[in-house]
Amino acid sequence: MATTAIPVEREHYLNTDYGIRSWLLATDHKRIALLYLVTITLFFFIGGFFALLIRLELLTPAGDLVLADTYNKLFTMHGQVMIFFFLIPSIPAVLGNFLVPMMVGAKDLAFPRINLLSWYLLVGAGVLMLHCIITGGVDSGWTFYTPFSTAFSNTKVIEAGLAIFIAGFSSILTGLNFVVTIHRMRAPGLTWSRLPLFIWAHYATSIIQLLGTPVLAITLLLVVFERAFHLGIFDPTRGGDPLLFQHLFWFYSHPAVYIMILPAMGVVAEIIPCFSRKRIFGYSAVAMSSIAIAVFGFLVWAHHMFVAGISLYSAMIFSILSYLVAVPSAIKVFNWTATMYKGSIHFETPMLYAMGFIGLFTVGGLTGLFLAALGIDVHVTDTYFVIAHFHYIMVGGAVMGYLGGLHFWWPKISGRLYPEWLGKFAALTVFLGFNLTFFPQFILGYLGMPRRYWEYPAEFQVLNVLSTAGSTILAVGYVLPMIYFLWSMRYGKLADDNPWGAAGLEWKTTSPPPTDNFREIPEVSWEAYNYDEIPSPAEVPVGR
Amino acid sequence: MFSDFPLWPVPASSGAGNVDALFIFLLLLGGFVSLAIFVMIVMFAVKFRNRPGHQAEQIEGSVPLEVTWSVVPLAIFMVIFVWGAILYFRERTPPREADAVYVVAKQWMWKLEHEQGQKEINELHVPVGRDIKLIMTSQDVIHSFYVPAFRIKQDVLPGRYTTAWFHATRPGVYHLFCAEYCGTSHSGMIGQVVVLEPAQYQAWLSGGITFGSLAANGESLFQQLGCPTCHRFDIQGRGPNLAGIFGQPVQLEDGRTVLADENYIRESILSPNAKIVSGFKPIMPTFQGLVDEDQVTALVAYIKSLSRPPSGAAGPAKPAPGT
Repeated sequence: MATTAIPVEREHYLNTDYGIRSWLLATDHKRIALLYLVTITLFFFIGGFFALLIRLELLTPAGDLVLADTYNKLFTMHGQVMIFFFLIPSIPAVLGNFLVPMMVGAKDLAFPRINLLSWYLLVGAGVLMLHCIITGGVDSGWTFYTPFSTAFSNTKVIEAGLAIFIAGFSSILTGLNFVVTIHRMRAPGLTWSRLPLFIWAHYATSIIQLLGTPVLAITLLLVVFERAFHLGIFDPTRGGDPLLFQHLFWFYSHPAVYIMILPAMGVVAEIIPCFSRKRIFGYSAVAMSSIAIAVFGFLVWAHHMFVAGISLYSAMIFSILSYLVAVPSAIKVFNWTATMYKGSIHFETPMLYAMGFIGLFTVGGLTGLFLAALGIDVHVTDTYFVIAHFHYIMVGGAVMGYLGGLHFWWPKISGRLYPEWLGKFAALTVFLGFNLTFFPQFILGYLGMPRRYWEYPAEFQVLNVLSTAGSTILAVGYVLPMIYFLWSMRYGKLADDNPWGAAGLEWKTTSPPPTDNFREIPEVSWEAYNYDEIPSPAEVPVGR
Repeated sequence: MFSDFPLWPVPASSGAGNVDALFIFLLLLGGFVSLAIFVMIVMFAVKFRNRPGHQAEQIEGSVPLEVTWSVVPLAIFMVIFVWGAILYFRERTPPREADAVYVVAKQWMWKLEHEQGQKEINELHVPVGRDIKLIMTSQDVIHSFYVPAFRIKQDVLPGRYTTAWFHATRPGVYHLFCAEYCGTSHSGMIGQVVVLEPAQYQAWLSGGITFGSLAANGESLFQQLGCPTCHRFDIQGRGPNLAGIFGQPVQLEDGRTVLADENYIRESILSPNAKIVSGFKPIMPTFQGLVDEDQVTALVAYIKSLSRPPSGAAGPAKPAPGT
């Protein structure tokens, strides 16, 4: 730990201005990214706290830690907070915000003030959600199924619904900003076929955000109206149709899964080439599979409803379409793996996360094939099998990608290095803790343990104990990076401009970058991932 | 405490083995693919690790490979799809001669009623080796009828009937779970399915208190509500003759044809004007609020019994022209 003499400080986005106003009125995409980082980290730990309470309750078959109503609120708010206030904003609003302009060689996003507005919308929504949580909470399940949510729940459904309604606009505005920026603000020479795959992934994500989120907004508004004004939309006693709600809800909420996972796929597609010192295998296949996922993702929603009472034949159509959307995901996994072939592989922390991502996403994707098989889905839907499956995608996939990305770009964001050995240790802890938490849940699900159960038959206890044990390990793995990232901001070694020897325009500027990103707008004459032209760094990341 | 630690659910229905077979196939396939990916990653990580003198070899990609690893998975997926769809088709298509059990779900209990009139709460007695069809509705929110040992699950909705069926193959006592979150005591909305040998089942049938068969109850309700005023069995009344309509296509005034199933009869009682039979006027008042779900169930069972041949298993078969 040689703390070398600090050189004369260069001007960068963090030291151009100080004080609370310079942050709260920031229009610099990098500062807004940090505002998002702080906000969603808070929500991540709130949602994680709920998760730990859920796991503690399930340590024993009897409902003995919290009341049934409290438990129902815990899993509801765990889902709502994690999905709408952490996962959906996570990679796009933090890493995407920070990196999209730099990766396309722009000074900022197309609409810097709208970018700030989208953060304020998320904060406003978050404050409303927190108010809802503190003043009693909500127990509708994150899925708001009617007529329970509109006519039977005695909790703050309207407040939670409005909070998510507002958060949706934040997501729409971020998507809008990305689409315009990627179309209009690419540096000279940066053609579509030279774009980093992170950009392709965010482009696909933005399209889903723009087209899908309004449907969620409409649906939630209808729930609020039915609950507040007793209209008959979804409640059959007033002439409504409860299945209509499920169709509308999943029309957004299935593509929302791709809002969470596509950006993580983009992160992995940056990390693997860098640490394999190789161009990505099958660039256009990986890029186009992102677009294919975004398009096909809109056509599979009713696979959440195979036992809900839809017709036999529509179930078959949605089953076959679900298999089609699995193909582009498979293509990605094969191409990432092939990228490592004949590489020169380094094993720094981001690479560990990326390799973990491939493994966990593969398990999550393969168990998706089980659920898309109609005859199997009847047995395992609404059981812990589904819980395990989507946590492999969203936590094993999206959160691993997010953490991998944070570690990869942390030197660029903060200008500092985190302790590498601690990073590796945390990555390993997360991987082990995750598998111990969620793998037993596949078995629980096939055995038939329904989800959202406060009490359960005693024969399910062993597997639940394993899962709870795993969750405490996972929690350690998540707290560690927060501690050493904070530590590194003051005590970490100063990072070089390009400590990993990575391709990509963001590495051609200083660490941390100046407010305008580039002292001179680059002119691009090379393909992405030109690792044959970039010298490999030394064994440890390069500090100054 | 940990005396019972199962890793595989008991298969206790004719369909369970088929579901398990596909599941095992998927486990083998998924296990093989995960292992292949895992081995490749580890192998590459070891073989191509960065070391002095080792250089990455730049490879652009390969169209034949891309095609292979798109088409081969797709072909396998189609096999899984067809296999899963066949299972689902069987799960969703009850045999014609199945014995009916009517299920009314409410927060937070299951009410079950046999055609012969036995009523049960949170417990269902069925004989081994018979096809049992469940005709289910909810009095409040969405519930879901789930018996893991039978590998069946079906959401139970307010305002309509959904159906499921099974053929128990192994005597025993099995979990009945509510699988759709329904509020405070969702995890307490559990019960058991007791599968009995035929002789034991007969003993059980004769042992319990009966309330008269479901169809007989339906008939007295039918009289009580004054339905025969219009729905006559001898001459053409102001309403359609209901004898023998169950399971038959019905021609509607607007030109459509619908199948007279449980949902159709239910809807015709509660929202009579939703579907008008060809040749009749929309004059029937709604019975929404006048009859509860149990009574609707009895009426449906009665109308179904009207179409049974006289030798039918249960109920006062009343082929037209009747009384």
